Amino acid sequence: MTQAVYAGSMVELDAEGFMTRADAWSRPVGEAISQELNISLTPEHWRLIDFAREDFSIKNTSPGLRRISKYTKTGMKDIYRLFPKGPGKLIARIAGLPKPKSCL
Amino acid sequence: MKQILILGAGTAGTMMANHLNRLLPKGWQVTVADPENQHLYQPGLLFLPFGARDEHKIVKSRAHTLKRGVTWLQKAVETVDHEHKTVIMKDGHRETYDILIIASGSHIQPDMTPGMTEDEWYHSIFDFYSLAGARALRDKLADFQEGRLVVNVVEMPIKCPVAPLEFLFLADDYFRKQGRRDRVEIVFVTPLDAAFTKPVAAKVLGNSLLDRGIRLETEFMTGEIDPAKKQLLSYDERGIDFDLLVTVPTHTGADFVEASDIGDELAFIPTDRHTLAAREMEDVFVVGDATDLPSSKAGSVAHFQAELLTENLLRKIRGEELEPSFDGHSNCFVETGDGKAMLIDFNYNVEPVPGRFPYAFGPFSLMRESRMNHWAKLAFRPTYWHALLPGRRLPISAQMSTSGKQLEFLAAVTE
Ligand SMILES: Cc1cc2nc3c(=O)[nH]c(=O)nc-3n(C[C@H](O)[C@H](O)[C@H](O)COP(=O)(O)OP(=O)(O)OC[C@H]3O[C@@H](n4cnc5c(N)ncnc54)[C@H](O)[C@@H]3O)c2cc1C
Repeated sequence: MTQAVYAGSMVELDAEGFMTRADAWSRPVGEAISQELNISLTPEHWRLIDFAREDFSIKNTSPGLRRISKYTKTGMKDIYRLFPKGPGKLIARIAGLPKPKSCL
Repeated sequence: MKQILILGAGTAGTMMANHLNRLLPKGWQVTVADPENQHLYQPGLLFLPFGARDEHKIVKSRAHTLKRGVTWLQKAVETVDHEHKTVIMKDGHRETYDILIIASGSHIQPDMTPGMTEDEWYHSIFDFYSLAGARALRDKLADFQEGRLVVNVVEMPIKCPVAPLEFLFLADDYFRKQGRRDRVEIVFVTPLDAAFTKPVAAKVLGNSLLDRGIRLETEFMTGEIDPAKKQLLSYDERGIDFDLLVTVPTHTGADFVEASDIGDELAFIPTDRHTLAAREMEDVFVVGDATDLPSSKAGSVAHFQAELLTENLLRKIRGEELEPSFDGHSNCFVETGDGKAMLIDFNYNVEPVPGRFPYAFGPFSLMRESRMNHWAKLAFRPTYWHALLPGRRLPISAQMSTSGKQLEFLAAVTE
């Protein structure tokens, strides 16, 4: 467990950089995390991040890629264009959510 | 007469029907709907590609597996209308219920990956999750003299998540015994970030792959297949060439789940983790692979769930509260080749760790290869037909026990 300051707030991160408390998140925090990941957020990015936040608030788990793709009506290729290299994890990190679990 | 209607007579549906048939109070009857004439013992599919010729032992007629007293409707479900407590069959027949149990499992959808089922399907691209695929692959492997064998999981969740690893271990053993191993390169391509999701097991199994000279390509999200170039392509534009591709395609729940709009993005049904009640439908329960639970999609899980759900349904009929009894318990033998296997045992909270597993004629060693585990895996087929499906109790608890488990391994990875 480490701590980091994003947009002036102190947040706790797990070993892989995911925030441990979704309620400590704000849009400026998300913005700051995305800069660290070298992604500049556009409204297209935000649509996916907002869906992930909303879905988490209902289901209490981070949505997987296919779920994000289906409910935001965004093709997988477009999701990869917006968040190259592991969009599932990147979206969760920027949205202040836990690492998406692959089901066993 | 009040009716419990079960959709699907696979592993979970058959066990539920046979348990309930014996235990329901007077005034209740059990009906199950399944269009298929035959019941397939799916774990047997793993051995067919490597030459097993016991197909007649892995399929039985459906009528043979359901006890007298259970009514079998040989019909396919079209939609579920849970507001009117009615199920509509493909032939137009309507069946009403007092309690509905959805046990329609999961199946592979090779058509969801562009390029998979074109010219190379069953020529250089195979699955082993269907009888047709496993059989065709048997002939292909017998002829495969040299080149790169790629084993690939398209996306999670899949049923029996250890089966692709077992396939790799058995393929290594097979080519070794045929004297062709030095001419066959084996690569495992997975969307996960390791050989398996649970960290301790991932390490042990990942090392077992390395020891056998099997290369691991992780975080590979298969986007499409180029059949002409024989290449697997990921969304992040990596390409992997193959001479022979053995793929585990995307899984979804039954078609009627999607058609009735009662499932998630892959047609798995939102289910309470501990009681197995459907989260968004009254008097509906879900069991086996059809749920959206983070437990394994495995026969052993279906077995534990069926015992606990039977108890819960009897409580419900008596007007009592449901018990949150299902803990995610899963118990899997993992074939590792050369007549050996490992055993893993875990639940929602405790991931698989090494140790010993107490059992009637055990103990078995957990997460270590042994011959005893292999024999137990083979012995499971007759157990399935003669004890599990008829609804006899096995001497194994539906809830996980930590007895014999070396839990200190958990601390070692979380640190
Ligand atoms: C290669 C392979 C190896 C495996 N190895 C193991 C193992 O070693 N150990 C283990 O525990 N598990 C193993 N499994 C997994 C195990 O077989 C499944 O998890 C188990 O069968 C799930 O039971 P189920 O009843 O949920 O689904 P199923 O047994 O698949 O049954 C679903 C039933 O629903 C019916 N159905 C579908 N659609 C409809 C419809 N529209 N109307 C009516 N009926 C319908 C189907 O005909 C089928 O009979 C393996 C699976 C595979 C493919």
